[in-house]
Amino acid sequence: MAVATKAVPAAAEDKELLISGSEAVAEALTLADIDVVTAYPIRPYDTVMQAIAKKIANGNLVAEYIVAEGEHSQFEIVKHASTVGARVFCGSSGVGWMYAMECLVVTPPLRVPMVALVGNRALDDPGAFGVEHNDALVVRDLGWLLCWIDTSQEALDTTLIAYRVAEDRRVFLPLAISADGAFLTHSQALTMVPPREKVDAFLPRYDRGDLQLHPDNPITVAPQANEDWVIEIRRQNNEAMARAVGVIEEAYADFRRVFGRGPENPWFEEYMTDDAEIILVGMGTISLPIKVAIREMRAKGKKVGLVRLRWFRPFPTDRLVAALSKAQAIGVIDRDYSFGSPFGSGVVANEIRAAMYNASRRPPLLSFICGLGGREVTLEDVNKAADMCYGAAKAGKSDAKTHWLGVRE
Amino acid sequence: MAALICEIVYRGIFQKNLASRIARGIVLSARKSGRWGIAFGRYGDSPQRNGIPAKDFAIVADSKEELEQNMARYEPKHVDVTICVDDTLSKGVESWAWYGLQPINRLTVPNGTVLMTSLQRFDDLLQDIHKKDAPYQLSLIRAKASFSGLWVYKEDHTEVRILGALAKIAPAFLTLDGVCGAIKEMEWGSDLKVESAKKAYARLETREVKLTEGNAEVPFSFEMPKWWEMREGVTIPAIPLGKPKEAGKGYVPERNPYFKKYTTRTMRPVVNFDTCVKCTLCWIQCPDSCFDVMPDGTYDANMESCCGCGVCEAVCPVENCITMVNESVFEDNASQWEMWRKDKDKYHVWMTEKIGDKKATVRSHGFRFRGQYDEELKRDLDAGGVEITAGIPGENAQHKTV
Repeated sequence: MAVATKAVPAAAEDKELLISGSEAVAEALTLADIDVVTAYPIRPYDTVMQAIAKKIANGNLVAEYIVAEGEHSQFEIVKHASTVGARVFCGSSGVGWMYAMECLVVTPPLRVPMVALVGNRALDDPGAFGVEHNDALVVRDLGWLLCWIDTSQEALDTTLIAYRVAEDRRVFLPLAISADGAFLTHSQALTMVPPREKVDAFLPRYDRGDLQLHPDNPITVAPQANEDWVIEIRRQNNEAMARAVGVIEEAYADFRRVFGRGPENPWFEEYMTDDAEIILVGMGTISLPIKVAIREMRAKGKKVGLVRLRWFRPFPTDRLVAALSKAQAIGVIDRDYSFGSPFGSGVVANEIRAAMYNASRRPPLLSFICGLGGREVTLEDVNKAADMCYGAAKAGKSDAKTHWLGVRE
Repeated sequence: MAALICEIVYRGIFQKNLASRIARGIVLSARKSGRWGIAFGRYGDSPQRNGIPAKDFAIVADSKEELEQNMARYEPKHVDVTICVDDTLSKGVESWAWYGLQPINRLTVPNGTVLMTSLQRFDDLLQDIHKKDAPYQLSLIRAKASFSGLWVYKEDHTEVRILGALAKIAPAFLTLDGVCGAIKEMEWGSDLKVESAKKAYARLETREVKLTEGNAEVPFSFEMPKWWEMREGVTIPAIPLGKPKEAGKGYVPERNPYFKKYTTRTMRPVVNFDTCVKCTLCWIQCPDSCFDVMPDGTYDANMESCCGCGVCEAVCPVENCITMVNESVFEDNASQWEMWRKDKDKYHVWMTEKIGDKKATVRSHGFRFRGQYDEELKRDLDAGGVEITAGIPGENAQHKTV
């Protein structure tokens, strides 16, 4: 049941704007012609709600803009709007996202394709607003599609892809786009904004079909159920997540066809990995200091590469294992924590350890935690991680510990 | 391969929009000559606080790779041009984003430029600007600090004057044509603004600052604790109770050892201790508890804690007893009461001079009364958006002449 997309219009041209990651998301939402958006302020997500409000106020977008009295209602409202057939958007950050938790839990089983922006922010306490990935990662087991973006351009492109994927009947799952607070949400970069015709050719209308709440289609959503029903519902959810893999690949291929840009590999970006002895792994804007450090290290003869993970759910197990197993050592830099986890590692490091377990070749894997609470990941931090990876490659084994970088000690 | 890194040092709320427009303008102007660029604010600054010093940055480079190279440090560690849009910041910058006081020229590269809007003389500014271990250029655009609000923007052309001046300072990256083109086509679409940029380009005043010049004060700083030195449970010790000023009389509270308000103020209260009726209103109403109680029952504003909000002036029932005066006319943070106690006649002369200088007392904190924006806008635009008036009358300014 592949989505048939229309032919690409010939004359339409992109325009270049100087916009932040948040404004790029709002540009995409305008192009996607969303119907209902709910808002409740929390930094850094609030930059998106401001940008959308401006779009509506300026007459660029016609949509219901509902300011909720808290994040719980914010996510409830779009959930209901989506079930009647509206294309919806919402988002939050840090503890705001946590306050919506009950609604975040119910959206995947109800198969509500809401698209949310998580402006990654440290969880309280202490009250802080710098980036940590733990907020978005909290929904990793629940049936949310989860991806991380790196630039304003990727923010715009991924938002369009997000609607295409989430609203595909084979998927119908909520999708959270994670954007690093400050580094992406608040930085203005030159971004190509496509014309409406191209977007129309790429993104079909949201059609909820037999799941749409409508007087002509009498249904009950979310009846109470006992143990006779629950595990089957979970099994359905698991199937939808599995089907998302093919839908994502299809969407990216079509995106490239229509817009003439975008990655061939949707799942992760590989930077100088072809001949890499050491491969570092990270998510989000951490790629910038890592890439610059890699260029400097390569000038000194150290063959280091980067895998920047875009999609965390579904997790690209096979492709990632294939990319990483050729290295002599792997260094995973987590911008999150998982206290008491195996080796005390961050979430991404332990996911990759699990993914590598059945691989025929398992290079030593080192785990790093860095840049929490918005602290800068410095070139020195990256150099230190790479050097330790070289040590592990030489020894042929990792030290089974987690190293915290950039902490005052 | 080359890049231009600019920081814009501004005051929270009052200049947030101004700084953001300057940063955008730099990138868009450089884009006119094919450069790549990025504009961003120092996120930790929390510029939604009145008057708090904060920073925006703009980086432009020949190629995308060169741009990345210079963005690898999110907060640049050195800048080619420090743009300062309020000259009271020449005393330094202590924001929410870091601890301790940074001299305004700290990040400026050797032979780089500090570009400031100011009506002060070079030598007066250099009494405030800290000494630097390298020579640099000090460039002035003759203008008062442009203050507005978070939700309103004052169209007094400060943003385009800065861009015009930058075309003079860094012509390799921002040509005057590029600046004018960006103003006209990309951002503001105003011929008047193009003229303002050209005039700023022509009128920019620049002088070299030598190693020996500047304020010799060692800026307030301290070392942050290691993770294992910090108390657990996100817990910090309370600030201890204060002590009597002397001989069991008066009261001086203990104050936050990690954060001082030396650079948060644009004005400070000057107190006439002879006319003070000891009513306690300034002491009670001060939102920062900045007043020390003196043994004689008068109140002395402690400059460690005063953020210059002017509430004391507003609540004081005695005419001319508390007067807010432009921060830039003060050389130090010493106690006024001690000066008064030592020599009352000398203090009276000093005080009369400070509060009698209308240029210094009419400095605005932003918009204090309804309609002020319209009034000022009209005045600025009638003058071609270029000529400078002496100052902005604040709400209490009219009866503040002695």
